[in-house]
Amino acid sequence: MSTLTAGLGFKPQHIDEALACAEPGVWLEVHPENYMVDGGPRLAMLDALAQHHPLSLHGVSLSLGSPVAPDTRHLARLRRLVDRVQPAMVSEHLAWSSWEGRYLPDLLPFPRSTEALLRVVENVQRTQDALGRRIAVENPSHYVVVEGHEWSETDFLAELARRSGCGLLLDINNVHVSAHNLGYDSREYLDAFALHEVMEIHLAGYAVDESTSGSLLIDSHDAPVDDAVWSLYAAVIERGGPRPTLIERDGDVPSFATLLDERSRAHHLLRHGEVA
Amino acid sequence: MSGLADYQRRFLHALGDAESHFLPARQAGFDVYRNTTLRAGIDALEANFPSVACLVGRDWFRAAAAAYVEMSPPEDPRLMFYGDLFPAFLDAAEQTADVPYLGDVARLDRLWTESQNAADDIPMPSAMWAELTEDGLSSVTVRPHASLRLFRSPHPAVTIWRASREGRAVEGELAWQPEHAVVIRAHMQVTVHDVGAPCLMFIEACASGSTLAEAAAHTHRFHPDAAIDRILAGCQLAGLFVLAHGETNP
Repeated sequence: MSTLTAGLGFKPQHIDEALACAEPGVWLEVHPENYMVDGGPRLAMLDALAQHHPLSLHGVSLSLGSPVAPDTRHLARLRRLVDRVQPAMVSEHLAWSSWEGRYLPDLLPFPRSTEALLRVVENVQRTQDALGRRIAVENPSHYVVVEGHEWSETDFLAELARRSGCGLLLDINNVHVSAHNLGYDSREYLDAFALHEVMEIHLAGYAVDESTSGSLLIDSHDAPVDDAVWSLYAAVIERGGPRPTLIERDGDVPSFATLLDERSRAHHLLRHGEVA
Repeated sequence: MSGLADYQRRFLHALGDAESHFLPARQAGFDVYRNTTLRAGIDALEANFPSVACLVGRDWFRAAAAAYVEMSPPEDPRLMFYGDLFPAFLDAAEQTADVPYLGDVARLDRLWTESQNAADDIPMPSAMWAELTEDGLSSVTVRPHASLRLFRSPHPAVTIWRASREGRAVEGELAWQPEHAVVIRAHMQVTVHDVGAPCLMFIEACASGSTLAEAAAHTHRFHPDAAIDRILAGCQLAGLFVLAHGETNP
């Protein structure tokens, strides 16, 4: 397998171009939840993709921040997918999304207390044990100030990685959006980030929330990556070295060729150390 | 209750309470979470019930979906399976009294999704059917293909469903009579076949472990006019059956 450079979030409407794509270093990321079925065309499509490209399974529903252990049925389904497609990477979020049998389709925040740290460490360990492999945990986007933090997010993630053995997924758009929304400096945040633990980087576009007159940025994945995010990304790669980098796009999805163009910018930087 | 659990319980409560005094909920950004969790549920229903959405129009659908999300929020993170109670919800909704078939159209959408994502299975090959002798019929048991789903409606819901899926109006005058169907993904594509009540009875008899001959006799008892040979040929052509395990080949 050649070294992974820049990848794309896979959209089913791009299946033919994705299968035909022979760009060096390209890889594709999917949400495993969309493929947790018994059979049929979805799984067949994923099998075909896995034969052509390295895959990354990027979960959105494990709820690692819950005060209870991850759902064992969900972990078993994830394990079956991992065994089936042998992904290059598996990742999840530092967030919670389930409560007493209810699923909240979002990535919700919680106070980064020591109690929470111990809980997330245990949940990550259970996940890694169930999958038989290391996962990466992503920094989320923030929209509200949460009281009761005992840890900064960067320290929390570094300690989580140290205690559980997991890696980190650094979403630089999330850093940009959260720094704007909560009023901190994105460069200071990145300076404090444990880059040596980063297994994967995410880049995406954001939207300006109309209802709050621009005071909030939304991690909407429906626009090209912003120049400010590209600039943060270049600084991260310069300091930490190249890492597999994903361009996420979930809304207002352009053609595959347009996404490949955007991806080539990251690919170029990873290969040659400069923004094309 | 731990601090983490208590926080999440209060967070969840505040998502559904616009007047909440929970501190994060008093910030403008909290609406991002309210909107995202609600919209994801509505979007999933719109994706899972496209025929209903096409019939009633986007605004009506999303209003009904929002009410459903509130009443029966998602439990399974696999949102393509969200909405198992949505057909019954539509049946019971006051606003659907003049469209009594709407729940059944939703049921057919649901069966389509189930069939689409069911386990892969290999239909009994036609060569095997061709070799079936009369002795074979009385000894062979078949089981339904893993993706086979049966549908019955007292309304012409199959015709309405099909027109809606194809984004067109029902052609000609709609005959107001019961309609039944089988939903099958014999190969990678889901197909909905119109069938009669005798065909469904035959399939159910086979599924319960009867031999083909017993299933035929059972169906004939309740539907003396049923053309069993045509039902059998139709089932074969559509790939509805798999040879049951442990049976010798005919």
